[in-house]
Order: sequence, then C-alpha cells, then structure tokens
Amino acid sequence: MLKSLLDSLFGREKQRDRLFLGVFTDEDHVLDATKACRKAGFNFYDVFSPYAVHGLDRAMGLPFSKITYVTFLCGLMGTCIGFFGMGYVSWWDWPVNIGGKEPFPFSAFVPVMFELTVLIGGLCTMLGLFAFCRLFPGKKPRLFHPRVTDDRFVIAIEIDEDFDDARCREIFTTNHAEEMKEVAPDYDALSEGGAA
Amino acid sequence: MGTVYSKLRKPLVEGDKSLHDVTHDVCHSIEGKPSQLWWFGFLGTGLVTLLLVAVVGWLLYEGVGVWGLNKTVGWGFDITNFVFWVGIGHAGTLISAVLFLFRQKWRTSINRSAEAMTLFAVVCAGLFPLIHMGRLWIGFLWVAPYPNLRGPLWVNFRSPLLWDVFAISTYLTISAVFWYIGLIPDLAAVRDRAKHWARRLFYGTLSQGWNGSVRSWNHYETAYMIFAGLATPLVFSVHTIVSFDFATSVIPGWHTTIFPPYFVAGAVFSGFGMVLTLLLITRKTMRLEQYITISHLENMGKVIILTGSLVGLAYGTEFFIAWYSGSLYESFAFINRATGPFSWSYWIMVSCNVLSPQVLWFKKLRRNPMVLFVMSIFVNIGMWFERFVIIVTSLHRDYLPSSWSYYYPTLIEVLTLVGSFGLFFFLFFAFVRVMPAIAFGEVKGVMKMGQTVHHDPKPAQPEPEVSNA
Repeated sequence: MLKSLLDSLFGREKQRDRLFLGVFTDEDHVLDATKACRKAGFNFYDVFSPYAVHGLDRAMGLPFSKITYVTFLCGLMGTCIGFFGMGYVSWWDWPVNIGGKEPFPFSAFVPVMFELTVLIGGLCTMLGLFAFCRLFPGKKPRLFHPRVTDDRFVIAIEIDEDFDDARCREIFTTNHAEEMKEVAPDYDALSEGGAA
Repeated sequence: MGTVYSKLRKPLVEGDKSLHDVTHDVCHSIEGKPSQLWWFGFLGTGLVTLLLVAVVGWLLYEGVGVWGLNKTVGWGFDITNFVFWVGIGHAGTLISAVLFLFRQKWRTSINRSAEAMTLFAVVCAGLFPLIHMGRLWIGFLWVAPYPNLRGPLWVNFRSPLLWDVFAISTYLTISAVFWYIGLIPDLAAVRDRAKHWARRLFYGTLSQGWNGSVRSWNHYETAYMIFAGLATPLVFSVHTIVSFDFATSVIPGWHTTIFPPYFVAGAVFSGFGMVLTLLLITRKTMRLEQYITISHLENMGKVIILTGSLVGLAYGTEFFIAWYSGSLYESFAFINRATGPFSWSYWIMVSCNVLSPQVLWFKKLRRNPMVLFVMSIFVNIGMWFERFVIIVTSLHRDYLPSSWSYYYPTLIEVLTLVGSFGLFFFLFFAFVRVMPAIAFGEVKGVMKMGQTVHHDPKPAQPEPEVSNA
C-alpha cells in the first residue's frame, strides 16, 4: 500500500506503447466493449468516461480503491489527537475545577473526538484522492477526445504483445464504436487541434 | 434509437435528453450573459449584504447595548438566528449524503444547489456566535490558551459551547470539501466547453486536470462514498451538539432529553423548507423544469410532511413530559410558553410548522409549485419562530419573579437578521452564475433510470404515463 501511495505521489509514468482508441457514445456499449477487451486479454491503458458508469472499473479489472485505508488511519489519528489533546489540556497541564466536574470526563470528550475524527479523516481523504488521481491545480488535462467530459467514452488499449488488431477492431465494431484509431503514446486530442 | 419508458419507474429527467443536452442545458446558464433578473437579484442582495456589514460594524463599535437584550433575556435574535441558519444547512447534507447512502437517485438534480445552500447557511450561522460576544477579539483570547501570570489557562472542554465551535467548523469544512469534490468532474466539462482563455484558466485550475479516467473514477467513487459516510453522522452530530447548548443547562424549557432528536428533525424540516424555496425560484428563472421536476418537488414535500410531523410530535411530547415530570418549574415554563406574554410567537410557530404542512397530504397540492412555494415560506417563518420560542420564552420568566422581563428587538437586530438573508441570497446568486447549479455528471449516470434503450431503428412512441403508486 505504501509503495502504491508513493508511486502515486512521486512515480513517473513508464514509457508506453502506442495506443489503440475506440470512441463510444453509450454507456452500455462501452461497458460491453470493455468486458470483451478484458476477456480477449488486452491491456488497458485506461478507459475514459464523462460520468461514473456503474461497474466500468470492475469490468476493466481494477482493484477496489485503497483510499479507504487513508481515511481510516487519518480518522483514527484525529480521534487520538482529540483524546490525548483534551486529556493533556484538561487533566495533565492545568486541571481547573469547574462546578466540581471531573478533570477527565471521557463522555464529555466524545463530541470533540468525533468531530476531529471526521475533520481530519475527511481532509486527508480529499488530499489522498488528489494524490491517487494525480490531480493538482494547474495540471494540464490530457483528453483522449475533445468531448470526453461531455458525452463520449473512450477505451484506450496498449499495443503490446497481447494486442490483436483484427480482434480489437471486431470488438469495437460490434459494440457500435463511433471511431477507431491508432495513436502515439503521448496522444492528446486537444493538441491535435480537435477542440470542438 | 427508440426509447421505451418503464411502466414502473418514471424517468428522473424529462424531455428525452441526450447526454450532450444535459451538459448544454446546465452549462448554458453560466456561459451567456446573465439575465436582467439575475443582475437585479445579485445587486439587490449585495446592497442588503452591505447593510449587514454596516449594522455589524456599528455593533462592534458601540457594543451589544445596541441590541435589545437585558439581564434576564441574554440571548435573543443573535442565537435564534444562529440556530435557525445552522438548521437550514442540514437539508443540503441530508440530500447529498443520507439520500446517497439510501440510493435515492432523484437527489442528483438537487444535491448541488442544496449543498451550496448548506455552505452559505453555515457561513451565515457562524457569524452570530462571533458577533454575539460584542467584542469578538476578546473571544479569540478565550478560544486560544489565555496568557496570564500562572501559565497557560486552557479552554474548558467540558462545555457544550466549545463542542459547538468544533462541530460548526468541522461541518463547514467537510461540507465545503464534499461540495468541491462533487464539482470537479463538472468543472472539467465546463472547462472543455470554454472558449475564452480566462474561463479555461479559471475552470482548469479548479478542476485540477480531471480527464474522466476510469482509474480516477474508481478512487473518486470510493472517496465520494466515504464522504457520504462521514457526513451522515456529522450532520446528526451538529444539531445534536447545538441542542446540547440548551439541554445541558438548568433552565426549565431547555433542560430536556428530547432536544437532540427534536432539533435534528426541526433542522431537516427547516432546511427542506428553504431548499424548496430556493429550488422553486431556481428552476423557474434558470429554466431547469425538466431537471428539477414536479416529482422532485413532491419528494421534498414528502420529507417535509414527515419531519413536520416529527416536530409536531416533539411539541406535544414536551408538554406531556412537563406535566408528567411533576416539576413545577417545567410545567410553568410550558404553560407560560403557550399562554404567557410571548404566546403569540408560540402560536405562529405551531400554525406554521404543524398546520401548514398538512396540505401536503393531498397529492394535487403536493404537486403544485405555487402551493409548495407558499408552504415553504410558512415553514421558514415557523422554524425561525421555533428557535425564538425556545430561547426567549424560556429565559424571560426565570426562577425569580422580580427579574421577569420582556424582550423587544431593536432595529439593529432586525436589520442584522435581514442582512443575513441578504448575505445568504447574495452568495447563492453568485453561485448559480459561476458554478453549474445541477450536478450534471451525476444526472447523466441516472438518466437510464426508468427507460430502456433498444436498438430498434424505428423510433418508438413513449407510452402514456402510469402513476407510480
């Protein structure tokens, strides 16, 4: 997990093979095509979709996101900061007698412990999401179709030793692909002047 | 490609839209020149916000003496406004988080603006605890370790007022994060449609280079689920802790164990009232009737009748317990509430909160936007008065009859309340111009609900609507 976290933070993308793209217009078609490509043993560079299509990540064979560990550990850290912080302040450093209340009332600490769990867990989940997705302000988006954030779905397959051109074209065609093309590994639809 | 409509489920979006239509319809309203109506609202509420700045400035210069508070009624409009605005915020989180966990797909059309509303309401709420101290710089000394000759004196973590500081600041932060995370894919779509370089830069910076990769969606969806999971207990904790401010005291009328659930139900009730008010205006002025449909409004009406009934039950339970407890002080506080000098506010509260939502039992009225609008205004008024009743009527006749008193708000207090509404609507007007008001990325994901697309070359006629009982 640490390796994948470090990799997502500092790792560089390895030199890729050329890519084969299929452009689709419907979520059912792209889902079926993705399942068929996986069955055929092709390696996905990535699949792109304008909205979260249910089951597309599993169809690609992606494992469940590890971001839950970030939330759990950071949330636990928040609970501990709350517990030990309040214990230090109210009991260890300067116990003040207020209306005879106990200096270390666990139940009175629960609300703030809970709030700090949510606060620190939530903020770290956001930062973790940005790190896992390699998002940062000022990043130049690399789009595989000018309308991929609007209404187009793109499957990008790596052209390596597992790739079979004819089989892939057949899968894409039977699933109503709108467009198919082979592109360079650093392809970017916008720099090709494709802005629509 | 023909579209067949399910007999069991009606589509959530009307008008047989394509994916591109959805993007276009929502983005269009923030791309062209704003309408005159928008300028009127934006500048008008901006002026009212300036009024708020003026009255708050006057308060800070002159002190809390400019308010009508007295020795007996130490909390008046200030804390009433605070509790009212925090409550308003709850509907946004309920729609975005709780309905998400319950897989209520209709939430997608309304969650974005409801979340924005939450943020702005909590901003308004946060103002009042700060300014009610009058000299708020002294407040900051109390929050930080207080320097004195004996060493640092810490704040008292056994006090619910301090829990409240943590609850409200966490709520504001997490709501903002949840809202922003939801916005990222939509902002990327706005970025990719933008023609002007400044728009590309603005939306490009905010969307952080999002490109719709499913590897990213995989993390994104998990993170979104986590946020919903974190925000759900958070929203219940916030108003619970606000109610502790009252419930842990020894004031009759406040010292009741029913307060946490009663406050949470009231918060959701008032919040949905405000969401209805805002959305009815938004859908009309921004022509989003096909996205925020009558069915959405009806669903919100159902939540209002449920929470309104819970609030009504709480009013009754309070009276029963006041009698059943045998506590003289408790019984007096409640009889005084309903029949004493402030009984007018009590009966405004009951008629607005318990009687007015009863119209929603009728389907015809529940699906009538005008009826809903009027009813939502009543709910807003009633819930403001609920907080006023709880705070002022419990305080104004305390244990010592010689210190009994009445409370008259001054003009400054009334203008502060008006100004906070100005700030709230000003922020909302700014929001609907800058950010996509509907989470279209999520709407696209639920468009196949209630319709099945088949690849028949001849277009099929939509079947007549069958009511979903």
